[in-house]
Amino acid sequence: MTKEYKTITEISGPLVFVEKTEPVGYMELVEIRTGGDLKRGQVLDSSDEIVVIQVFEGTGGLSKESAISFTGDVIKMPLSPNIVGRVLSGSGKPRDGGPEIVPEVLRDIAGAAINPASREKPRAFIQTGISTIDGTNTLVRGQKLPIFSGAGLPHNDLALQIARQAKALGEAESFAVIFCAMGITNEEAQHFLADFERTGALERAVVFLNLADDPAVERILTPRLGLTTAEYLAFDLDMHVLIIYTDMTNYCESLRQMGAAREEVPGRRGYPGYMYTDLAIQYERAGIIKGRKGSITQFPILTMPGDDITHPIPDLSGYITEGQILISRELHRKGIYPPVDIRPSLSRLMNSGIGKGHTREDHRAVSDQLYAYYAEGNDLRGLAAIVGKEALSERDKLVLEFADKFEKRFVNQGRDEDRSIFDTLQIGWDLLADLPEAMLTRIDDKFIKQYHPKYASAAKK
Amino acid sequence: MEVGKVKRVAGPLVQAVGLKASMYDLVLVGEEGLMSEVIGISGNKHIIQVYEDTGGVRPGEPVKETGAPLVAQLGPGILTQIYDGIQRPLPKLAEMSGDFISRGLFVDGIDHKKKWEFKPVVKKGDVVKPGQSIGEVQEQLLINHKIMVPPRTKGGAIKEIYGGNFTVDETVAVLEDGTKLTMMHKWPVRQARPVTEKLAPTIPLRTGQRVVDGFFSLAKGGTAAIPGGFGTGKTVMQQTLSKWADVDIVIYVGCGERGNEMADLLHEFPELQDPRTGRPLMERSIVYANTSNMPVAAREASIYTGMTTAEYYRDMGYDCLMTADSTSRWAEAMREMGSRLEEMPGEEGYPAYLGARLADFYERAGRAEVLNGGQGSVSIVGAVSPAGGDFTEPVTQNTLRMVKVFWALDSKLTQRRHFPSINWLDSYSLYDQILEPWFVENVSPDWNKNKRRAMNILQENAELEEIVMLVGSDALPEDQQITLEVARMIINFWLAQSAFHPVDTFCPYKKQFDLLEAILKYRDYAFDAVQKGISVAQITSVPSKDALAKVRLEAEYEPILAKVLAQMDAEFKALK
Repeated sequence: MTKEYKTITEISGPLVFVEKTEPVGYMELVEIRTGGDLKRGQVLDSSDEIVVIQVFEGTGGLSKESAISFTGDVIKMPLSPNIVGRVLSGSGKPRDGGPEIVPEVLRDIAGAAINPASREKPRAFIQTGISTIDGTNTLVRGQKLPIFSGAGLPHNDLALQIARQAKALGEAESFAVIFCAMGITNEEAQHFLADFERTGALERAVVFLNLADDPAVERILTPRLGLTTAEYLAFDLDMHVLIIYTDMTNYCESLRQMGAAREEVPGRRGYPGYMYTDLAIQYERAGIIKGRKGSITQFPILTMPGDDITHPIPDLSGYITEGQILISRELHRKGIYPPVDIRPSLSRLMNSGIGKGHTREDHRAVSDQLYAYYAEGNDLRGLAAIVGKEALSERDKLVLEFADKFEKRFVNQGRDEDRSIFDTLQIGWDLLADLPEAMLTRIDDKFIKQYHPKYASAAKK
Repeated sequence: MEVGKVKRVAGPLVQAVGLKASMYDLVLVGEEGLMSEVIGISGNKHIIQVYEDTGGVRPGEPVKETGAPLVAQLGPGILTQIYDGIQRPLPKLAEMSGDFISRGLFVDGIDHKKKWEFKPVVKKGDVVKPGQSIGEVQEQLLINHKIMVPPRTKGGAIKEIYGGNFTVDETVAVLEDGTKLTMMHKWPVRQARPVTEKLAPTIPLRTGQRVVDGFFSLAKGGTAAIPGGFGTGKTVMQQTLSKWADVDIVIYVGCGERGNEMADLLHEFPELQDPRTGRPLMERSIVYANTSNMPVAAREASIYTGMTTAEYYRDMGYDCLMTADSTSRWAEAMREMGSRLEEMPGEEGYPAYLGARLADFYERAGRAEVLNGGQGSVSIVGAVSPAGGDFTEPVTQNTLRMVKVFWALDSKLTQRRHFPSINWLDSYSLYDQILEPWFVENVSPDWNKNKRRAMNILQENAELEEIVMLVGSDALPEDQQITLEVARMIINFWLAQSAFHPVDTFCPYKKQFDLLEAILKYRDYAFDAVQKGISVAQITSVPSKDALAKVRLEAEYEPILAKVLAQMDAEFKALK
């Protein structure tokens, strides 16, 4: 029987301060009994005199009479293959009315860093069926590619479409989807669950739900639980895991709240100075390990406050993740779905997943050429607005038209439209074919001869 | 050695009592003996930063002293290694603890069992000074590792010296005063290694990147910063430089960056051929990989550990390039530790000593006459990741005060897929003047003239573009329209360079010069033609202009370029 302490000296927000304890380990799991209730917490600061505990289920109902016991162990997640198909709370308790998970293994949720020397280089192309991703910002297995969005934009639809359609070319492998909801509304959660049920995805999914009215501190646990589960499925059970978490912004708000409660010296905009490291610890749990079959691919979704990409949350995320998919309000207003603005979007691992043997040899060149003229066309829109379309040179007019067509035909697609990579490249070539051949400066002649619709159709005849 | 006790644990910071250790001494914390460093002493308390995760450490656990600061082990066997921030070989850690890094592991920086063939270069009776070579080891096929008397020791006459196969712990020489010398010595990483004299940076560091060599060149022993928001190509740029720079040794410090990126680098380096020798690039590289999720204190140390090994090879007379990706993560590590120490923060929460630390680091670069007698250099290329891409933030600003070359990465260029996305108007190199004679002597007397002409065209282009934004390009006078076209050529045919194209990824000086010269030739033809009343449309649609675009993609470019130029000459003569 572990000792119980009734020596709480202070309760402040999510924190409890306890004195005169036995030596307590940093990050140790703590159980707090009050009335019939059991709450759990974690040690944030341990010294001879005082121990600071953050309480995950909120400090409501705690008093100086509450009994604290230290478990002598860090927080561990119970795991077994049966976890697939379950809906759990943000702190890992069943939420679907099912039984507790009977653990085959218990894993420390802090997660150790993957040794960089043991990492396998990610290079397996994942086809999402979405042109703006496959064609110009290609996703590869083991990547972490966040969606930067804003309030009211259809990022959830895009995430769901990716979860539905994502597949590797030409192979059937066991895979799973982990969905971590952090502080999203009940309605949004229902939307996700309904879609999972409609498509049968729930059978191969693990869902962690921390809703907007659940305790904010619990959110600090949610991604850790999700990622620990992901590591178990990927590296113990050889599955390819796609983990979606939404919304990272709420997670960061919780970090800030904790920092403020501990009276820490704040960094930019009040977020704690260690936010970069903290985010990195989550994001870096994506990847592939040499000699193991499974993989973890991450799709964090975050809404940029005020659509500001320089806000600390998207900014720090962008420095850790391998690119970003940017959802644009402007395109959304034009009625284009998915409203992905490819210009600030980027996939850093694209190069290793495309080209000969992965997609097609002309992929890089086509993508670069599309980018170049779409960006230029966008700049010209500003000019055309001032001087009028007529004042533009012939070349500029072509580029301007290209940008419009690009949005309508390449970017725009149906919510259930699953384009193969070859369809995507074909659309790209069709658009480029409207420009004079001499303007295709980024594409090698041999690819032009092979894939340009002018020559390709001639070859067919 | 004293054994103290843990008083308090909060994150990577531990307070302990009962120690006598000095500042920056290495101590081992807890039952597991976690590697840690003393970073403050207050009253009877020692404040300690722990290089490993502190989960589970309790008050009352022991803290053991080691009596020495954090040191790097210097000797044969460093090259080709992949280390974490405190010089622990990562493949060794993987052997010991599997694919995930666990705690409390202590591993030597170099292999102490391997035998190396030691060839003495001095003989009995010779008097050796600190830093002087006493022998050599063929560390890699092309790298001769010089075994030196450790600096800051006494040196003296050689009493005995042995050739043959030894481990790094075995004595290879004995001095008159009885000092035993081995092939390895230890050096505290936070201390710069001494040199005889620092030299002026008068030799360019060739990188094969046109925008760098041609416009904003770095000198051997120089310092450069690459600031840029995320996704502007800092890492690709650093990796390209590591691949192509004409240095003997490359030290790549991945400080708080992405694991997958490091995996890519570790996968690519051993396969990459050194363009000069045809040998794998890894044979002359040292990689420090302390990814963003590895302990923050070790991230702080990684820059110093990397620098110390760079200086060590410099002391043998080699040219070294140290790339640090990214110094902002390093600064953030300082900020994180500072805030946990409850220090009074300076600008944006960074500690007040940020500028001083950055200065100390960049000052360790330089070309120097080394104690060994020859010359060596350490050049630094530091990536800076400014928050929000805003160059006014403290890390960028403090760095700019120290470095002489500034390659400003521009997200607008990235969005157009223009790489390297170095902005040609904002960037600068303060080595321009000092390197000019070298280029005149070794490449072409016209090198500097052409460079200035091209830069003037780009400058004019920037001004004209503002007008174009208001009135459209057709409203400009014809000669200015030509300037726009020539600027476009310089930008697209010359400044843009594909790191992924097998030929274009590296461009020798001569080719850089010839290509630019050809573009300027086009300009001269075009201006002549305008004078003669030929229309802009005719001038800009000469086929040789488009042919010029693809010359850079050819390895044997000279005959092709000559053909294009002859064609250009004919086409302009034919214009009416």
